[in-house]
Amino acid sequence: MQASDLEAAVVKLLRLAVTDLPQDVEKRLQAFLKKESHPTARNQLEAILENVKLAREHSIPICQDTGIPIFYINVGSEFPLLSSLEGILIESTRRATKEIPLRPNTVDPIAHKNPGDNTGYHMPWINWSLVKGSDLQITVFPKGGGSENVCRLAMLTPGKGSVGMKQFVIDSVIDAGANPCPPTILGVGIGGGADICLKLAKETLLRPMGERHSNPEIAKIEEELLAAINRTGIGPMGLGGDTTALDVHIEVAMRHPASFPVGLAFQCWAARRASATITGKGEIKITSHKVK
Amino acid sequence: MATYELKTPVSEQDIRKLRVNDIIYVTGTIFTARDEAHQRALKLKAGGKPFPINSNGLAVFHCGPIVRKVGDQWEIVAAGPTTSTRMDMFEDKFIEAFNVRVVIGKGGMGKRTADAMKKYGAVYAAFTGGAAVLAAKTVRKVVGVEWFDLGMPEALWIMEVERFGPLIVAIDSTGASLFDQVKTKVEQNRQKIYADLGIS
Repeated sequence: MQASDLEAAVVKLLRLAVTDLPQDVEKRLQAFLKKESHPTARNQLEAILENVKLAREHSIPICQDTGIPIFYINVGSEFPLLSSLEGILIESTRRATKEIPLRPNTVDPIAHKNPGDNTGYHMPWINWSLVKGSDLQITVFPKGGGSENVCRLAMLTPGKGSVGMKQFVIDSVIDAGANPCPPTILGVGIGGGADICLKLAKETLLRPMGERHSNPEIAKIEEELLAAINRTGIGPMGLGGDTTALDVHIEVAMRHPASFPVGLAFQCWAARRASATITGKGEIKITSHKVK
Repeated sequence: MATYELKTPVSEQDIRKLRVNDIIYVTGTIFTARDEAHQRALKLKAGGKPFPINSNGLAVFHCGPIVRKVGDQWEIVAAGPTTSTRMDMFEDKFIEAFNVRVVIGKGGMGKRTADAMKKYGAVYAAFTGGAAVLAAKTVRKVVGVEWFDLGMPEALWIMEVERFGPLIVAIDSTGASLFDQVKTKVEQNRQKIYADLGIS
């Protein structure tokens, strides 16, 4: 396999992610529209679904905020292009910005300059996992600014435990109100440490809609929180209604006896992601979307 | 919940008719402005320098669009609203200085802006966040761009639109706010949710 083939595959994944909302998210939006009782909320959900359809038909970004480029990479230690992979991801991001196009979103936080190609210090952001074998699994996860701006961390006292966690989630959703473009998906990371719980929270946003945690006790809390959030009345775009969140996903790590860290990640309804497996022989299989 | 068609420049009289929850469609000239454009505009005003466009009666859109050049003409690819609360610190002065009648965005704005809307005759209209293709489809033509040095998202894009909407009037010229009404209900619900979850 040539580097240019891999580059083209990554550009294709970025295009799929920003223009073609995953089916599970779209179905979830349709299911919530069926249950929604408020007229303004129905109007918003209908606009969202119409927009999703148009974006897919015309291969246009669903939302003008095409996010900052985030990759999740599971790469086999025998993958032939391992040593050049980082450079390929950066170059793919540049190409995708021009070809799709993506909005140039990366800004130097000190100089306030935008290089115009979605790269720069630590961008794209790459989450690396080195695994056995020769395959590469790649997920692109362009994350918008509106939902990112309301993400939170709480270092709770262990005495407050799960009840404190639930209050933190409810209060954060209410404080965020309309800003993260509800209906949102909530990722809750519990334990580990300050950075670890936020990392888990964000990563769990990638889980398919409606899929519950394998631990039944945690699965029950996910459902309890989802139902509670949808009783707040915030509604789509904060204009009132029954549909404030599409799902809640929790992931846990063991905690220090003195700590109870909770990270909360928000994802707007435009939950854009795309994944592929690329074998060591160069076969490319897109796993997130049905591709003609 | 009435539906209105507005043509720019919009008169104060037409704005004063609108009430929270009404649906409006805007036809005519609108321009985008985000944080940095608001800031620069107010600086120019304070320095007695002119704003590059005649904004009287127009709609300002909180939006950082994706734009591409086809031949020598700019084309809007995607143009949904951005979070309006970031512009709250500028908007009252902006309305006063530039006489815009409709502020389009998402997420709502605060009391300072609502007070200015009451005083000068303007409304805040919410467009569905993320619905960037729906918005772009109403753009007939990009008339021009100013302050491109701020970068594509922050530049001032001036465009002609046809039936831009549906927009929900979320703050009207009496100062009433749909977002405040929702917040009051949410506060009442919070206590019930606490009880359900065993939060004391």
